[in-house]
Amino acid sequence: MISYILKRVIATLPVMLMVAIVVFAILRLTPGDPAAILAGDDASGEQLERIRQMMGLDQPILTQLYVWVRQLLTGDLGVSLLSNTPVIQMIGARVGPTLSLALSTIIFTVLVAVPMGVIAARRPGGWLDRTVMTFSVLGFSIPTFVVGYLLIYWLALKLGWFPVQGYAPLAKGVWPYAQRLILPTLALSGIYIALVARMTRSSVMDVMGEDFIRTARAKGATEWSVLLRHALRNAAVPIVTVIGIGIASLITGVVVTESVFNLPGLGRLVVEAVLARDYPVIQGLILLFSFTYILINLLVDVLYTAFDPRIRY
Amino acid sequence: MSTSPADRNILSTPSSDEPRSAKPSFARRLLRSARSLPVLVAFVVLALVVFLAIFAPWLGTTDPIAIDPGSRFASSSAVHWFGSDAFGRDVYSRLLHGARVSLIVGLGATFASVLLGLVIGVFAGYFPRVDAVVMRVMDGVMAIPSILLAIALVSLTGATLVTVLVAIIVPEIPRVVRLVRSVILNVRSEAYVEAAILLGTPMWRMLTRHMVPNTVAPLIVQGTFIFASAILTEATLSFLGAGLPSEIPSWGNMMADGRTYFQLYPGLVLYPGIVLALTLLSSNIIGDVLRDLLDPKMAKRT
Amino acid sequence: MAIFNKGTFGKASLLKHARLALLAAAAMAPMAGMTPANAATIKAVMQSGLRVMDPIMTTAFLTRDHGYMIYDTLLGMDETFKIRPQMADWTVSDDGKTYKFTLRDGLKWHDGTVVSAQDCIASIKRWAEVDTTGIALIKMVDDIKAIDDKTFEVVLSQPTTLLLSGLAKLSSRPAFMMPKRIADTPANKPITEYIGSGPFKFVQSEFQPGLRVVYEKNVDYVPRNEPASWTAGGKVVNVDRVEWVTMPDQMTAVNALQSGEIDFIQEVPFDLLPLLKNSPKVQVKVLDKLGAWTYFRMNHLYPPFDNKLVRQAAIAAVGQGDVLKALVGNPEYYNTCAAVMGCGNPNGNTYGEEWVVPSDIQRAKMLLKEAKYDGTPVVLLQPTDIAMLAAQPIVIAAALRKAGFNVQMKTMDWQTVVTQQSNQKPPAEGGWNLFSTYAILATSGDPFGNTTLSAAGRKSWAGWPDVPEIEKLRLDYAKAATPEEQKEIAAKIQKLAIDEGVVGPLGQFRIPSAYSSSVTGFLESPVRVFWNVRKDRE
Repeated sequence: MISYILKRVIATLPVMLMVAIVVFAILRLTPGDPAAILAGDDASGEQLERIRQMMGLDQPILTQLYVWVRQLLTGDLGVSLLSNTPVIQMIGARVGPTLSLALSTIIFTVLVAVPMGVIAARRPGGWLDRTVMTFSVLGFSIPTFVVGYLLIYWLALKLGWFPVQGYAPLAKGVWPYAQRLILPTLALSGIYIALVARMTRSSVMDVMGEDFIRTARAKGATEWSVLLRHALRNAAVPIVTVIGIGIASLITGVVVTESVFNLPGLGRLVVEAVLARDYPVIQGLILLFSFTYILINLLVDVLYTAFDPRIRY
Repeated sequence: MSTSPADRNILSTPSSDEPRSAKPSFARRLLRSARSLPVLVAFVVLALVVFLAIFAPWLGTTDPIAIDPGSRFASSSAVHWFGSDAFGRDVYSRLLHGARVSLIVGLGATFASVLLGLVIGVFAGYFPRVDAVVMRVMDGVMAIPSILLAIALVSLTGATLVTVLVAIIVPEIPRVVRLVRSVILNVRSEAYVEAAILLGTPMWRMLTRHMVPNTVAPLIVQGTFIFASAILTEATLSFLGAGLPSEIPSWGNMMADGRTYFQLYPGLVLYPGIVLALTLLSSNIIGDVLRDLLDPKMAKRT
Repeated sequence: MAIFNKGTFGKASLLKHARLALLAAAAMAPMAGMTPANAATIKAVMQSGLRVMDPIMTTAFLTRDHGYMIYDTLLGMDETFKIRPQMADWTVSDDGKTYKFTLRDGLKWHDGTVVSAQDCIASIKRWAEVDTTGIALIKMVDDIKAIDDKTFEVVLSQPTTLLLSGLAKLSSRPAFMMPKRIADTPANKPITEYIGSGPFKFVQSEFQPGLRVVYEKNVDYVPRNEPASWTAGGKVVNVDRVEWVTMPDQMTAVNALQSGEIDFIQEVPFDLLPLLKNSPKVQVKVLDKLGAWTYFRMNHLYPPFDNKLVRQAAIAAVGQGDVLKALVGNPEYYNTCAAVMGCGNPNGNTYGEEWVVPSDIQRAKMLLKEAKYDGTPVVLLQPTDIAMLAAQPIVIAAALRKAGFNVQMKTMDWQTVVTQQSNQKPPAEGGWNLFSTYAILATSGDPFGNTTLSAAGRKSWAGWPDVPEIEKLRLDYAKAATPEEQKEIAAKIQKLAIDEGVVGPLGQFRIPSAYSSSVTGFLESPVRVFWNVRKDRE
């Protein structure tokens, strides 16, 4: 097991390197000039040239790549071209909201979607099943930002139950922290609830036909005990898989949600950095994202063994 | 590592809705499922949307990009059935022409990513040696956020239908590859296939006879999912300012352009939003039906 | 049509300011001993997030406004465009060539050291290295030397108004004063220490680039006694803290203001105004009465706009009314104007009004025929992510097409447009033919601050017009000794700029600000300043 994890971690290194180089190349090929953004839109050509020199952007691309990778190997992600702040510090300042939003979304999704799926699977084709499935498909059909606007309009502006925007760190108290996370979580969860509920329903239904379920039934286990103890546990693998995929694709959702609710997180940072062509910041963030992504895939694979003893690495 | 459970098709969800008696023909089963009301409605909605998209120019529309700064935010009237937007453009006309663009985005992304994913996936699944390399590359592709790709492409070539399509397709490919690969690996480990390979069956025949047909069912299911997600992604890209220009109306950029005025003129977001939701809802329902009908496990069981 | 009437600058207004300043001064004493718990904090949403911290390095407005928070200027400008002493007063020799500046008492840097003449000389030098006015000025400066710790002298080779107008420059970039050790940073390197002598202090520990900037009141600041007016007069601070927070979504900001989560929005999108107008707790007001002007630039290097007649055709085709209706909507906030140096500015001029302002498709068609326009495509850059720039290209494209132009829209994010602007390649190889943008009128009132008016071919700003007569007039302007003389030269520049199609004016607009009713005392000024502002406690 441990050697398997080690092997997987080592296998990620070339992937990360590839991502780093590809992103580096994409960025340098994309038109857009951080010097022009720094200087303002009416700077003269000569001023721009001087600023480019200062940023090291007048060097050949390979030299720039070499400088960056060498820096990276010493654990240094570099410094923002615009604000002169170390990238690692910028990430640190912004990781809180994103992590909170991601975690609350996952927890909320699991808490809502898994029971929904199990209930639906109990009587396939029944009215409960149909209702649950229609709701879950609906979650899949409306853009996140529209859901966000509707929630803000009704729950925050009209009813005044929540603040319309912003983020409060946990240090400011549990309620202020939670209060500002509820609406973004609701907005973002829709699509994942849809995904996980469907997966749960079908996996549970899949398992229900197996022999051991019949055995359990024959032994006189109650309907609920069959559903929860036997079926759900054995249906866990695909559910965990889909949750893993969901987390990996959270990044795009987080970008939108953070904009709508004004959460100062990493999603906004990456968009801002891309629009401003702040190369070191983008590169650092993409490395972080790809690392997280790979880590989650690994975690999911490890979790399989916990749920399904038949799987071994 | 053979097929990791992660490679399972996340939407291949055999359901037990169907009676498990004899095995009727596909067409009969399709007809039978169409008897259920939601499925019928879904078919009608999709057909209607396709009809509106195809015949948009002849359905009482005007030029969807003709501006009229004098009549901004007009409410519904005989001239503007659904009102007009911030540039005085006719919302009804944009909605119908937008149907064309959104359907092109959805279908284009679906076909392209399924086709490319199929080729790469078959390749990876069939040749274990390239598998490791290809899959690591796919991991890398998946790790690059599509928003970055979209902005990079848009600023390289300008925002066109093609750039937006590419930005949507590229991140979608690895998921299809994973799916196809897992099916191929599964089939490959079956005894009869191993025997066939040992007997020297030519590769193309192995592929066309045993491998590709097995991927059709899960791919159709995955395809309906990609269709929905492509249309949603296009809307998200517009929201972030990296989508289609408003000269090419789509439901996505209509909603994105209208979002600033959401509280004042909710129709600008809600009209395209409702049409989009109905379309995706219908395509998802049809997708579920197809899945139930096509899933090989279902077929085996019944 | 002028934005200003005489009353705006009348005595009544000055008196009002004087009263406010007195009230403010009276309230100073109890404020000092306040505990942070009930500190008065203004939460402001500015136009974007602050990232670039060096106000000499960039011309970005937000960095400039940041500059006005923590730095001070030697001279200020009041609302009658008059140059006033701020940190220093001056005397001038009879031949107009030697200026002596004397720093006033009580000036201290935020680290506690006293402001000296050497600090100011170093700051002027760094500024003059990069600023357009500064570059023109420094060529006429023979010597700058300190006489003692509080006085320094500038010796000119010839009399010029640029020295005083440069040091009092409102925007963008003002000549901010910094300690010598910071001002000695080369002008192409950003400064890394943010210490000024201004009315607010920058709180480094709470700074989050792009997200949040925190300023606290500089309790050691000694304001002047005159009432505050633009950047002149007493900068009296009545709040303990000012926080700039960034909101990526404009509607979020409007919602937050309504629910009392923030106090101030610098720029409210025009189309969202109806939401705020009915809200009793919110005031909507144009604080920059001068406002902004929007215009389009044509690429003079390549067909079809290498032909003067085709440029005129484009200017004739586009109607300012259509652009302004689409961009602003509410006529309360816009006016048409053909002046390249701004209606309402002293150099504003109406030449060309009759065909620049309306959409004259007939005239455009005639000009195109005369020019034998052959259908060469016009590549039009369209930024999609900036609300204030999204409408112009759409209206321009529609008008040009009506006149018979072949238009190709190229959409991209604004930062790409900014980079594309300086691309001198032919349109077919990634260049461009036309783009539009906007600038604030406070920076556009003279042919130096106004970047569109440099006409030295490829060396000029994007568009690269080559009109030697304008270049000569700009030099004359720099050497002009009186405002009357300047005005005369400006009128000639206006005529040339319009006839040669150097820039196509699209009209003027004023972006309203909105603030909570518990906040009072926002100065009407072309730059956003936070002195004089007061917040009632609930």
